[in-house]
Formats: sequence, structure tokens, C-alpha cells
Amino acid sequence: MKILALESSGLVASVAVVTEDRLIGEYTTNFKKTHSQTLLPMMDALLKMTGISVTEMDAIAVSGGPGSFTGLRIGSATAKGLGLALNKPIISVPTVDAIAYNLFGTDAVICPLMDARRNQTYTGLYTFEGNQMICIAHQKAVMINEIISEINDLGRRVIFLGDGVPVFRQALEEGIQVPHAYAPVHLNQQRAGALGALAVQYYKEGRCESPAEHQPDYLRLSQAERELAAKKEEEQNRE
Amino acid sequence: MDKDIVILAIESSCDETAAAVVKNGREVLSNVIYSQIELHKLYGGVVPEIASRKHIEKINPVIEKALKDAHMTLSDVDALAVTYGPGLVGALLVGVAEAKAISYASGKPLVPVHHIEGHISANYIENKDLEPPFLCMVVSGGHTHLVLVKDYGKYEIIGRTHDDAAGEAFDKVARAIGLGYPGGPKIDRLAKEGNSGAITFPKAHIQGAPLDFSFSGVKSAVLNYLNECRMKKIEVNTADVAASFQKAIVDVIVEHTMEAAGEYKIRKVALAGGVASNSALREAMELACSRRHLEFYRPSPLLCTDNAAMIGAAGYYDYLNGKRAGLDLNAIPNLKIGEGL
Repeated sequence: MKILALESSGLVASVAVVTEDRLIGEYTTNFKKTHSQTLLPMMDALLKMTGISVTEMDAIAVSGGPGSFTGLRIGSATAKGLGLALNKPIISVPTVDAIAYNLFGTDAVICPLMDARRNQTYTGLYTFEGNQMICIAHQKAVMINEIISEINDLGRRVIFLGDGVPVFRQALEEGIQVPHAYAPVHLNQQRAGALGALAVQYYKEGRCESPAEHQPDYLRLSQAERELAAKKEEEQNRE
Repeated sequence: MDKDIVILAIESSCDETAAAVVKNGREVLSNVIYSQIELHKLYGGVVPEIASRKHIEKINPVIEKALKDAHMTLSDVDALAVTYGPGLVGALLVGVAEAKAISYASGKPLVPVHHIEGHISANYIENKDLEPPFLCMVVSGGHTHLVLVKDYGKYEIIGRTHDDAAGEAFDKVARAIGLGYPGGPKIDRLAKEGNSGAITFPKAHIQGAPLDFSFSGVKSAVLNYLNECRMKKIEVNTADVAASFQKAIVDVIVEHTMEAAGEYKIRKVALAGGVASNSALREAMELACSRRHLEFYRPSPLLCTDNAAMIGAAGYYDYLNGKRAGLDLNAIPNLKIGEGL
């Protein structure tokens, strides 16, 4: 069983080919170039290097969100196009779960932090029990202070990772009252390898979507929808 | 032609998710359009993020339906074509990423297509005899270009707007007289009940650039007129305003097109773009052409709005010209005519 994993939810572009017992190849970059120009050439380079045809894939895994709206859609549209042409299913892996999976095996609480702008973070809380990653708090968009107090309430050692770490570092240092650490650079970002490894589990559990039905889970409405909802609420309050 | 060339075309530059299958650039085997217009009416215009989200939701079913309607599978297709600009970047990227992935996985070449060149090429679909050179007046919500089509895939802009696009002026005036979005069709309808000679709105001419356009003056004149009426407590006849405003726009467009036809000695004139379905513009252009014994072409209304059949038509000639997209094809929101890949 071979799964092609695509990750373009943030600044990282990453592609991997994963089987049940092997990471055949992974190609990850993290620099400022649009995913529209990097993702597919990287995938092509990886497949060429490993001598695998894209037609051999059993499923396409993609970072399902949250993240950069445009980045998510580039990954999704790529996965949907591949799935349509190959007639293969899509495995949508929650982005925050996949980031957390980088820290397999730790006995600390894992807290990925993605920069969601407007002082918010896309985050969640995870821990490991044996081989199984357990989700303590599902991925969500919250103010940084909310997740800080959740972590303090847990009272357990925590490891932070993700592109939100430099953004929120000061708030963390001021607010976190439990022992904590920050993951090193090779473990602290989105990786298609980790995404693919989780996708293998999903595939076995039958958690697949058709290419037509897959779409990103943004965890946030568009600005126009938020403003319209706020306006409606204001009007209702006035009545 | 030795062998038929079948192209699967994808378009997602604004608020229509569209796919089509086109044979030899002229024969439309299927043309599927999912319009999001109802969704954007709530906001009085297209919201880019909402449009992009809808594109990703609809793109696969739209492509699958286009293939099914044409009684084909991907293996029957010779190439793909996709709009890569101009347009809303987030919206364009959905079609571009999708088309690149399908092209990669199926091994079919991908042709990058300019959205406006697509609108122009819509004329090939229903006019099997139309061949370049011809003059094409492109009028839509985002564009107002007088284009000299020298050959297949060879374009020169000889007139452009210095401010608003014609369609933009329609939308703004429609909002001002309480018609709502989208303004073009609503003004067209209301103008039929009005007197186009009731109010004289200015027709702007650009010094030193006789084929160029300016529509912000006419739009401001309408807004000023409405303001003045309000202050003097005169009741506004919106049908007269719509008809007079529309006439001011249509007259300038037709005049410039006729001037250009004379200057470039072109005997064929075409319309393209969303505003090309405006009935007053179609009638005035047709009349002006017949007076000068020029051939007049225009796509039927369905092919004037954004669609993928026109992308398949333009893509066919680009395909013959050897145009191909790389895996790194990007969306170019401000792509210029004739300056693409």
C-alpha cells in the first residue's frame, strides 16, 4: 500500500511517499515561494528519484486544515485533481494532528501552535499512550491566552512546536506555569512524512473521502461572513 | 485537419466554476457552469475568499459532469486548458492546481490560457467562418479592451480604459439607483422602459489616445445628477437614468470601435465579455457595422459570461501554437493580453 502525502498548509511545502512500514521518500522545503510553484515540481522530483509512478498510489493524503486558506486550497486542489485522474480516494488529515505526530512517543503533552493571525492560534493538545496518539483537545482556533490557561490547568509538562512558536513566544514565557520545552527545527514544523504515517492508519480505518467531496476544514469563516454574522447579531440585539 | 483535438478546459478566475470539453476549438461537446452569483449577492459583489471556497467545493463535480455530458473519459482527451489569469488570485489557483494535477496524473499536456483571450475566442464557437484578423471589443466587469486579433493567439490592445471597466460603471450606477448586484443585466432591463435622450451624460474622450476609454466621469455625472435631484427634492425617473447612462457608455464603445475599424482597415468586428450580452450594446454595434458594411459577430449570452468552452476554444489555438504549462505554472492575477507565457 502506497500513500502520497501533500502538505502545504503553512510556509512549509512537503511531499512524501509512505507505506505501512517505510517512508520511501520525503521532500520538505521552508522558504518563501508560493506552493503553486513548489508543490508539484517537488512531488515530481521525489517520484522520479524514487522511481515510483503516481499511478501506483492507493490514496492521496493531504493536510486538511486549518492553515493558510490559499495554501490549503493548493494542496486540496492538487489532491482532488490527482484523485480525479487516478480514481483514488483522498485522506484528509487534520493539520494540527499531523504536526503533533512529529513528536511520537513523548510522555509530555504536545501543543502545536500555528499562527492564525489576529492574536489567534490554530492549536490542540495531544499525548501518547503506547503507540496511540490521544487527542486531549481537538484542533481549534483560539486566543493564545485560552490555550495557555488550558495547559496550566492540565498541570503537565508540555512541548510546543509549529510556526506559531516564535509569534507567541513572549506570551508563552509570561503565561505558562508548567515545565515546558520547544521542539528543535527538524521536528517543529509540518512534515508530509508524519502526515503520511497518520494517513496510513486512517486508510486502514477506512477514513477516506472521494476526491469530489474533499474540501479543507478552515476552522474559520471568511472575513466577509464573520462581518455579516456580526452585523446580523447586532441588529437582533437592537430588536 | 488530420486528427481531431479534444480539450478539457477549466475556468475559475472569478465567481463561476466551469469546465467544458471542446473539439477542434469550435465544437462544444459540453459546457458546465456552476454560478455562485446568488452567494455573492448578499455582499453586493464578489467576495474573493467565499469564491475560492466555493470553487474547491464544486470543481470536481463540475469537471466530472463536463466529461460525462461529452460522453468521454479523461483518456479521450488530448490536452487540458486552464485559465491562469487575469482574475482573483485565490480563485485562479484552485483551477490551476487542479488542472496541473490532472495533467500530471493523466500524462496529458496542459495549455495555460489567458482569460480575456478566452472571451475573444468565444466568438469562434458559434461563428465557424470567423478567422483573424478581426477587431474585438472586450467589455466585462473587470475589463474594457479594444483588441486587434492579428492571428490565432496573436493579440494587440489598441484601446483600453484609463479608470473603471465598463461593467464596473454599470455595477456602481445600478447600486446608486437601488438596483443591486449584478448591475449590468438590471440596468439593461430597466433602460428598456426609459428614454435614453432624457438626460445628457458626458462621453469622455482621452486626449492623445482617441481609442482609449474613461468611464469614471460618466459614473460620477450620474451620481451627481442623483444627488442634485435629491437636494432639490425632484423625483428621479430611474428608467430614464438607466437608459441615458447606458447610452453614454454604448455610444463611446461603438464610436471607438468604428474608428479603429477604419484606422486599421478591418472588415470584421466582434464583441466579447459579460457586458457583450447587453442588448443596447449589441443592437448599436450591429447597426453601426451594417451601415459600414462590416461583418458583425458576438457570442450568445451564455458564452459571454465566464465559461470554460471559451477557454477550450482559445486553448485549442494555443495548443496548436505549442504553448504548454510547466508543473510550476502559477496564477497571475494581473496578466496582460499578449504578454503571457
